[in-house]
Amino acid sequence: MKQKLIIIGAGMATGRALETLLDTAPDAYDVILFNAEPRGNYNRIMLSPVLAGDKTYAEIETHTPQWYADNGVTCRFGERIAGIDRAAKTVTAQNGDVLSYDKLMFGTGSNPFIIPLPGHYLEGVIAYRDLEDTERMMGLGPDNTCVVIGGGLLGLEAAAGMAARGVKVTVVHIMGHLMERQLDEAAGYLLRKALVDKGITIKCSANSKEILGKDGHVRALLLDDGTELPCDLLVMAVGIRPNVALAAEAGLAVGRGIHVDDQMVTSDADILAVGECVEHDGAIFGLVAPLYDQARVAAKTLLGEAATFVQKELSTKLKVTGCDLFSAGDFADGDGREDIVFRDPGRGVYRRLVIENDIIIGAVMYGDTADSNWFFGLIRDKTDIARMRDTLIFGPAYQGGTPLDPLAAVAALPRDAEICGCNGICKGQIEDAITAGATDLGAVKATTKASASCGSCTGLVEQVLAVTLGDDFVLPAAASICACADMTHEDVRRMIKSRHLTSMPAVWQECGWKTSCGCHVCRPALNFYLLADWPLEYADDPQSRFINERKHANIQKDGTFSVVPRMWGGITTPDELRAIADAADKYAVPTVKVTGGQRIDLLGVRGEDLPAIWADLNAAGMVSGHAYSKGLRTVKTCVGTDHCRFGTQDSTGLGIKLEKTLWGAWTPHKLKLGVSGCPRNCAEATCKDIGVVCVDSGYQISIGGAAGMDVRETDLLVQVPSEREAIDVIKAITQLYRENARYLDRIYKWMSKVGADWIKERVVDDLEGRAALIAGFELSQSIYRRDPWADHVQQKAQSYQPLATLQMEAAE
Amino acid sequence: MSDWIDIAALDDVPQRGARVVKTLAGCVAVFRTATDEVYALNNSCPHKGGPLAEGIVHGDKVTCPLHNWVFSLETGQAQGADDGRVETYPATVENGRILLDKAALNRRSAA
Repeated sequence: MKQKLIIIGAGMATGRALETLLDTAPDAYDVILFNAEPRGNYNRIMLSPVLAGDKTYAEIETHTPQWYADNGVTCRFGERIAGIDRAAKTVTAQNGDVLSYDKLMFGTGSNPFIIPLPGHYLEGVIAYRDLEDTERMMGLGPDNTCVVIGGGLLGLEAAAGMAARGVKVTVVHIMGHLMERQLDEAAGYLLRKALVDKGITIKCSANSKEILGKDGHVRALLLDDGTELPCDLLVMAVGIRPNVALAAEAGLAVGRGIHVDDQMVTSDADILAVGECVEHDGAIFGLVAPLYDQARVAAKTLLGEAATFVQKELSTKLKVTGCDLFSAGDFADGDGREDIVFRDPGRGVYRRLVIENDIIIGAVMYGDTADSNWFFGLIRDKTDIARMRDTLIFGPAYQGGTPLDPLAAVAALPRDAEICGCNGICKGQIEDAITAGATDLGAVKATTKASASCGSCTGLVEQVLAVTLGDDFVLPAAASICACADMTHEDVRRMIKSRHLTSMPAVWQECGWKTSCGCHVCRPALNFYLLADWPLEYADDPQSRFINERKHANIQKDGTFSVVPRMWGGITTPDELRAIADAADKYAVPTVKVTGGQRIDLLGVRGEDLPAIWADLNAAGMVSGHAYSKGLRTVKTCVGTDHCRFGTQDSTGLGIKLEKTLWGAWTPHKLKLGVSGCPRNCAEATCKDIGVVCVDSGYQISIGGAAGMDVRETDLLVQVPSEREAIDVIKAITQLYRENARYLDRIYKWMSKVGADWIKERVVDDLEGRAALIAGFELSQSIYRRDPWADHVQQKAQSYQPLATLQMEAAE
Repeated sequence: MSDWIDIAALDDVPQRGARVVKTLAGCVAVFRTATDEVYALNNSCPHKGGPLAEGIVHGDKVTCPLHNWVFSLETGQAQGADDGRVETYPATVENGRILLDKAALNRRSAA
């Protein structure tokens, strides 16, 4: 006698279970199939190609009405289940029908998660889940704009599909890079670049605040930074939640999903569950491979056969045309884990393997995923890769042969092979130059221009040198930025400018970083280069800063901090002094010291007290003195014409103006200025990074002094007649230094590399160039000329407190 | 069986950053990596007592802010030429919350 099976939900998992059941034992069960959607089983994964216009619904329909009829399945589509009586073993349909079952199978799938933002109920706010949603999106065209919240797999496929229809799409993602669960930052960067090329606007680290409407229909998305993104349709693709409501109501054990055992049986022995609605061993499922495994197991369980569901390694591919991307396994950093990273900036290729105990445990690939199945096999089978480790990253084609010699590849290039793409220089031209006497990189660069622009072919040019000169060629020992990279600081800066690299992952990829996310040496340098070159595009990354700049105070040897409020030009008032004294009392500051930069240092402040002491100093009108920064520190002055009988100009006034112009600016290293009112030079201006000595006829500006590890007198750059011009020249010098010097070079070190004449040409002789430098400086200052103490008091005070304070007893 | 105590939300610690948890036996630094792993270490460098929570986090390592010693967050072992180890404590994340092992912290207080 046939048993009765009722299935709730006609999705991909129950569809596969049904197929297996009918294939194995077509006469075992009478099947009734309920589905809330008014249709049967279709391949939900292929909705994205339908959206993009690459496929039609008919092509993705898995089970047609004919199939159900042929197999004797009673379909009740468009109908929900109102309730389940487990004791009576019946279900009640929406229309009141009561149907009995021997076995019941849940395939209720999942619900898209809708963020309860104000306005989420507006017309035009949808999820991306079923054919109806897809059709809504397909209704848009080139006159429409759409915002997608969520930069995960589904959100990006929705965005790309709509962009292919000409819709203007913006993706808003709360995390720092796209698909952060599947991709590391470097691959996320390449993906972003490809999507931007498709005309999609991507906003990462963006928090949605409110959905704005007009006449009940969505009008725009408002971000918490005040940006308004107009849209005709808003798609939320931020994740799914297993649909457990009916199961919970029926009294089945549920957690995040419906609890099932290894046989896909729920807490009721006659009820099974498969698909996205289940929770197995703590995990829930969104990808198709495990769902199909569950379906097979469930079908066998229904037939009384032994079968066990085992969770397996999963891999992900993005179904967006032109974005080849693959990720599998675990690619988090960890102890005992090593990375093998391969980057080909020219082709936009990134591969990263994470290896533990000679076994690949994770892989991320972008740009060239041809070998992904091979790598996935190595992960799944836990293959020992020790023997092929050297060539592993290149894929299966390079295993087993003799190790490749990179020089052999260069030697094999024809003479007309282009080496330097920027300047169109071929291998032959470089060989000729070498034969003519250009026997090192600098000489080749000077005579042919090869590698003289963006610098990314430097390695190739060196290899041509090596091949041509043989043993006569000694690779120059140019120090790279750190062990993470082969490029020098100068190369990296050039790449950031010429390739318009505006994020750290962009630099890591395009400059061939060998680590996944840099180190404490390169990250602060890159953070400076990026914010100096792209003040608008790049947002300062506090986590890439040394603690002093992250917490805007100088760390002391006992972990306390020092606090130095700014005293413009060294001038203070009784009120300021009283406020400093009060703060020193209130926070029990152990040491109060007058600094060499004409201000007062409060030493020994506890980290937790920083926001409070800053708030007190702010209230008295004082701001951060940046005594901790690679940036403008102090402008030391003498009293000048105000009081001094020898003073020739208002040196104090100029010092204050300079400090108010330059403060807040980040520079490669610290920047200290001095302004003396006469050549007696009481402000010691001629041993500062930039010094001004006032004379009767104007202002002598000199640069490159030092009074630390090295002691050095400044070089005179120019004398200018007016205070205005003195300020202009100093702004231009500062900006030139910011744009060109290597991180941690003071001006005198930078000057020893580029020459004082080179600086003079740009800030003294070339007035247009000077104006451009000043404009660049002012642009940057429009963002950075503000008090970080006040900002932190308002926005970050909590982060200075302990995460928690535990008052525990000692061990019981 | 670990007895976990709820410390704070994962998002209270910045990625590639750290915050401290105060205990009767001194501070424990709770680190969060770029890939959202969470580690708990004694907040004191064995070299000169530098507060490791203030260091730069890179990969699964942290660099002490005082003299640039680098430690593995997982084992607490000093890297490279430096020799030393920082005590580590079990830490985990569940449902977006950071959890520390009570017993391990208690042993610490008693020590």
